[in-house]
Amino acid sequence: MHIPDGYLSPSTCLTLYASAAPFWYVALRKTRKLLFTRLVPLISVFAAFSFVIMMFNIPIPGGTTAHPLGVGIASIVLGPWASILALSTALFIQAFFFGDGGITTLGANCFNMAIVGSLVAWLVYRLISGRSAITSSRRVVAAALGGYIAINCAALFASVELGLQPLYFKNAAGAPLYAPYPLSIAIPAIMIGHLTFAGVAELVVSGGVVAYLQRANPGLLRFTAPGVPMPEEEAAGFAKGTGWTVARPLWTAVGLLMVLTPLGLLAAGKAWGEWTVHDFSSPTMRQQIAKVSGNVTPPASAPSGLERLSTIWTAPFPDYSPSFVHKLAFGYVLSAMFGIGIIILLSLLIKWLAARARPGPPQEPAQSEET
Amino acid sequence: MAAKHSDQSGFLERTTASFVDAMEHAFYAEQTARADGLLQRLDARVKLVGILALIVSAAAVHRLAVIGGLFAVAVALAALSRVSFNVLMKRVWITVLLFTGVIAFPAPFITPGQVVTHVPWFGWTVTSQGLASAGYLVLRVETAATLCVLLVLTTPWNHVLKALRVLRVPAVLVTILGMTYRYLFLVLQSAHDMFESRRSRMVGELTGSERRRVAASSAGVLMSKTFDLSSEVYLAMQSRGYRGDVTVLDEFQVRRFDWFMLAGFALVCAAAFWLGR
Repeated sequence: MHIPDGYLSPSTCLTLYASAAPFWYVALRKTRKLLFTRLVPLISVFAAFSFVIMMFNIPIPGGTTAHPLGVGIASIVLGPWASILALSTALFIQAFFFGDGGITTLGANCFNMAIVGSLVAWLVYRLISGRSAITSSRRVVAAALGGYIAINCAALFASVELGLQPLYFKNAAGAPLYAPYPLSIAIPAIMIGHLTFAGVAELVVSGGVVAYLQRANPGLLRFTAPGVPMPEEEAAGFAKGTGWTVARPLWTAVGLLMVLTPLGLLAAGKAWGEWTVHDFSSPTMRQQIAKVSGNVTPPASAPSGLERLSTIWTAPFPDYSPSFVHKLAFGYVLSAMFGIGIIILLSLLIKWLAARARPGPPQEPAQSEET
Repeated sequence: MAAKHSDQSGFLERTTASFVDAMEHAFYAEQTARADGLLQRLDARVKLVGILALIVSAAAVHRLAVIGGLFAVAVALAALSRVSFNVLMKRVWITVLLFTGVIAFPAPFITPGQVVTHVPWFGWTVTSQGLASAGYLVLRVETAATLCVLLVLTTPWNHVLKALRVLRVPAVLVTILGMTYRYLFLVLQSAHDMFESRRSRMVGELTGSERRRVAASSAGVLMSKTFDLSSEVYLAMQSRGYRGDVTVLDEFQVRRFDWFMLAGFALVCAAAFWLGR
């Protein structure tokens, strides 16, 4: 995601330097106020650490490795403002000294990775971890998601910056002067790599480091968990959050997804490929199918295979809306709840079976989640 | 340098290899910065401003030939500063070509414009606009990267940082950058040692989740060490009388040769802007 020189036009670079400047200013002021004389040694050494972390090869599922950015842990341990300074410093040295990422694009790179990354990671971490205990597994989930979402937000900013280049900067003959691909190519090309490899590497590092620090050095997690008792204090009667408390953010997400399900209704027409046997005989639906299929006329009758199979399995909620529910939107919500309920029950069942099958004591939650 | 390993612990080796690579880069830079060459003799501030201006020109001009000219200037500066072409080839030219070349490769085929030729069998068309855009990208990146590497290879890092004061970078940031560079090698060394010792203790193969745990725990250990280090550094600074005020010594002197070179940089950049409009 380190954009090299030559990919962005000078005016874009200048805009992003200008956008980063106020954040740098505020970060410097806030950190100085907080750390005073400790500012220089802490930020310097931590920037060196961030630099080294970017060189780690993180093994990700599937057998490959990817480099993390370390923005998640930096933001969780130092808070967003000091993290902005530490990461910007690391990016500066990478650009100037090691030629990784450009000099003209340094403002853009700092804006995407150090600023957007730090703020998003911190926000997600704080939102999900809430007031859970320092050693709660919820903090591991929060850190992992924080890192994952932060790096993807940073990548999205980078891809938009790159994708805008051919729109605005062309020579007289119409040849793009900088990054040549429009948004429609730049965004998926960059996001696919980050939603998978780079994102997972960041997720592993953020979640894994927080899980490690919970066991080895919980004091480091204290800064971004104000008012939360430390493990020793909490041992004196503080019940460790379990069950509903730990999983609350997940349930909230599930609830949100369920509520948002009817949004599907706002999209006109049917989803491509979700046609039923009857749709092939209805003239309006035939028109719609042809329109979304690159003007390829659908066959005159429903494919025989589809017709045969459609009679074998009748879902309890055909078309996601139970027959006794007349309101389509309500039917969607109900069906979504039913579907999610089934998935949750199934996963609980699998977990229970797996726990029975595994010999010896069950693993600590913090350990199992870091992977 | 660690060879590519097909076994599952390859990530440890690849990580240590990248640490060693970074240290090698720094040692080489220190070595060439001491050599007797054109850019080495130049005042760091003039060099910083001059090279940055050349990089900005390379990013701003609209003609391929002018970017090519700036690339030629960079190559000439490298030759006059006794920077090995082999190193430039390995560290910059081929690396950039592999990375940006791959990114630019589809551009000639998918950029709309005037069709120049067809690719037989595949039925793809090549447009002149696409070719030009791929050329712009690769040439710009090559030129800027060569210039940036030249700056670092011909200037001791602490001089680069002090020169930043010309660009009104606050003294506290310059100090942070200098100290980061200093401790970078300490942290690199300690990460390298951690991975080495881990490797030497490993006999079997690690599963995927174990590898991830090793990586994450190493990062965690390194972070704890980093914090301890920063506390020690802080105490050491305090005991030497540090009260939070930062001053940077400016011992640079601009001589006639520096003015001459500054004029040269200005002339090249002005010509590039004029010709490459």
